[in-house]
Amino acid sequence: MTQEEIRQTVLRTLGQIAPEADLSQLKPNLRIRDQLDIDSMDLLNFVIGLHKEFKLEIPEADYPKLATLDGCVEYLASHKTS
Amino acid sequence: MPQLGADMSAGKLLGWRKHVGESIRRGDIIADVETDKADIEVEVFATGVIEKILVQPGERVPVGTVLAVIREEGKPAKPEAPVVPRIGAAEAAPPKPPPPAIPPRPAAPPGEAGRIHISPVARKLAADLGVDVTSLTGTGPGGRITLEDVQKAAEAKVARPAPGEELDKRARMRQAIAAAMARSKREIPHYYLSTAIDLSRVMTWLAQENLKRSVEDRLVYGVLLLKAVALALREVPELNAVWSGGKVVQSSDIHVGAAISLRGGGLVAPALHYTDRQSLDELMKNFRDLVMRARAGSLRSSELSDPTITVTSLGEQGVDAVFGIIYPPQVALVGFGKIVERPWSSDGQIVSRPVMTATLSGDHRVTDGHRGGLFLAAVDRRLQEPEKL
Repeated sequence: MTQEEIRQTVLRTLGQIAPEADLSQLKPNLRIRDQLDIDSMDLLNFVIGLHKEFKLEIPEADYPKLATLDGCVEYLASHKTS
Repeated sequence: MPQLGADMSAGKLLGWRKHVGESIRRGDIIADVETDKADIEVEVFATGVIEKILVQPGERVPVGTVLAVIREEGKPAKPEAPVVPRIGAAEAAPPKPPPPAIPPRPAAPPGEAGRIHISPVARKLAADLGVDVTSLTGTGPGGRITLEDVQKAAEAKVARPAPGEELDKRARMRQAIAAAMARSKREIPHYYLSTAIDLSRVMTWLAQENLKRSVEDRLVYGVLLLKAVALALREVPELNAVWSGGKVVQSSDIHVGAAISLRGGGLVAPALHYTDRQSLDELMKNFRDLVMRARAGSLRSSELSDPTITVTSLGEQGVDAVFGIIYPPQVALVGFGKIVERPWSSDGQIVSRPVMTATLSGDHRVTDGHRGGLFLAAVDRRLQEPEKL
């Protein structure tokens, strides 16, 4: 999976959490939470979505690394086995 | 048209899930209704056969309007028993005569009486763009109508979009909330209490617990707060009640309404049924589902009419404490603020602890500060033993 594919998958997962959001306006280096008005329940659903897409067990302690779109891509690229 | 909360005065029938002649059982979802706040799946509170349908899809009717006539099980066909799918616990508006009949539209054949498969977002867009969803063929999974289908249909008919409608919808949501809150402030003599609670045991227990759990089974601390409130209500049951017909009616079941903010603005506070009897795992699963459905605009009628108390948590917005306005006909509201590391005195030592302010807004017609104080103390005590929640 290329970085671009990972990015698209992350965006698609986000789209399921916040269907009304305009993700084309999302700044990749800023906190997703502040840009999309998502709360801890949305965040959990987002992580569950990533867990399903990438078949990856994400410990709670790693949640801060998923704060931005760039952070997500970097984290998933380095942790994904296949 | 059931009243689903004090802030609802009318609803639009989106579609019937059952047709005339079909047998229905108590609890079945028979129709979809759009309110100012969400799309609601209306559950029926009688078992029998649908004899007549009086309101057609697309009609907006006041609360109390008879939607359909159900012949209850074991009753003869003659004396018609109009069954309104349950008026909420609030004092319902008196039934009003239905509005003048709309121009006849071709009735859907029985086979198509089911729900149109369309996502809430697509449905909303269709309404905004004036697209008749019944005329569309869905291209999504299982024939579901997608956003794209709606957009294409709108372009095809060179529809003039009505940008005013979205604003209108938000304005209606605001009006609905304003009406309920103004009524609350007018009728309910509120008293307010607050207490600081040490959450170190909760946070430590939760972190250890979540370490053992897979992503999908992890808990959020809000679920522990909801459960603590539900258990504390068993100790001070006067707060778990509704005000109806000039007197308080205590509820034997505890259905905590969880305030959920909607991103477009406004909020809903649907019930987590039998909150005190659910395990943390069940509560977590149901709470997650409820948040998703509330935000997608798809709730069930009982979830809106059943809450016996409301819990609101504004901690994530950085708020220290929330002194809420009671949602009629309920008689109490519990508020939680943010968790902050604070100096805390424990065994003669000053230590740093995660502390959260819990508040209670109580109805003085029903309880006083003494009982309210006991309730907050019970919430605190429950939160000191997270493993028992």
